[in-house]
Amino acid sequence: MLGTGLLVFREVLEAALIVSIVCAATRGVPARGRWVGFGVLAGVLGAILVACFASVIAEAVSGIGQELFNATVLLAAVVMIAWHAIWMASHGKELATQMKAVGGAVQAGKQPLSALLVVVAIAVLREGSEVVLFLYGQAASGAGALPIAGGIALGVVGGVAVGFLLYFGLLGIPMRYFFSATNWLMLLLAAGLASQAAGFLIQADVLPAFGNRVWDSSALLSNGSLMGKTLHTLIGYDAQPAGMQLLFYAITASAIALGMKLWGGTSSRPNLSRPTA
Amino acid sequence: MITAIKSISCAILLIAGALASAPSRAADYEAKLAIRDHKFDPAELNVPAGTKIKLLIENQDATPEEFESNELNREKVVVGKGTITVYLGPLDAGRYPFFGDFHQETAQGVLVAK
Repeated sequence: MLGTGLLVFREVLEAALIVSIVCAATRGVPARGRWVGFGVLAGVLGAILVACFASVIAEAVSGIGQELFNATVLLAAVVMIAWHAIWMASHGKELATQMKAVGGAVQAGKQPLSALLVVVAIAVLREGSEVVLFLYGQAASGAGALPIAGGIALGVVGGVAVGFLLYFGLLGIPMRYFFSATNWLMLLLAAGLASQAAGFLIQADVLPAFGNRVWDSSALLSNGSLMGKTLHTLIGYDAQPAGMQLLFYAITASAIALGMKLWGGTSSRPNLSRPTA
Repeated sequence: MITAIKSISCAILLIAGALASAPSRAADYEAKLAIRDHKFDPAELNVPAGTKIKLLIENQDATPEEFESNELNREKVVVGKGTITVYLGPLDAGRYPFFGDFHQETAQGVLVAK
C-alpha cells in the first residue's frame, strides 16, 4: 500500500503543482472552479483512454508514437499557457485594481479560461495515464483491492495537499505584484514544459541533442529527489539538460516575455493612470 | 469558446504535423534488454562510449513497466509483452543506473559505457 501510495503521490504531485499555479493565475475569476474541475475531469477521462490505448500509441509511427504524443500535448500546453500569460500581461493590472476595489470579486472574468482548462487537462492526463497503467499492473498481478484503494487515497490526498500548500503560499504574494508574479511562474512553467517536449523528441531521435549533457548538477540537486522533481515540474529544472532542451527553454521563455512586453506594456498603462472610482 | 477550441485544435494539428514530418532515425549500435519477473536482464548492460545507441527493451511480463533513468534522462512506458526503442548517447564513459518505475524494489539495472 505504501509503495502504491508513493507512486500515486509522485504523479499526483506533478499535476497538482501545475493546477495550483493555474488556480493562482485565475484568482478571483468567476466560475474559475468549474473550469478547473472540468479540466481535471477531462484529464482523468483522457488518462484512462490513453492507458487503454497505450500499446496502440506505443507502436504508432514506427515505435516513437509515445514520444510524439507526449511532445505534442506538452507543446499544446505551452501554446495555451503562452496565450494566457500574454493576455494577462495586458489585462492583469486592470484585474488587480478591480480586485482591490471590489474586495476580491472580479466581474470582468473574460480571461481565456478555455486555454487553462486545456493545460489542467493535459497535466492530469499525462501523470494520470501512468497511474492508470501502474494500477492496472498491480491489479493484474494480484494485489488486493484494499491496498490499491488505500494507496490511491494516500497518494491523492498527499499530492493534493502539497498543491494546496503551494496555492495558499502563492496567495500570500501582495496584490500589487500578484498577477505579474503568477504570470512569470506561468512563463517558467511553459518554458519547462517545452524543454520536456524537446527531451521526448531527443529520446525518439527526431531532434539532435546538441550535446547530451551541457552541465551536470546532479550532485547538487538530482532529478530523482523530491525537490528536483518539484522544480522540474514548476520551472523545468534538469540536472543534466541536453543542448536542445536549453534551446527550447530559452526560445519559449523569450517568446512569451516578448509577447508580454509587446502587448502588455501598452494596453495596461491607460488603466493605471485612470483614477479609480 | 468555439473559436478557442478551433484555435486549440489548429495548434495541436500543426505541432503533430511538424513532428510527423521528422527526419529518419539512425543509430550506430544496437543493445537489447529484457524485463522478466519485474527484473532487468541483463542487470548490467555494456555499451560502447561515444556512440549513438538504439536500446530495445522487451517486456516479457504481462504487466506494464516504465523504463526510467535520471542519469540518462529517459522515461518510456512499455506495455505488457511489448517492446520499446529508446535512443541514447553518444555517452561519456561511465555508469548510468536505470530502473522500472512501476517495480522499483526489483527492477534496477545499470548501463555501463566503456
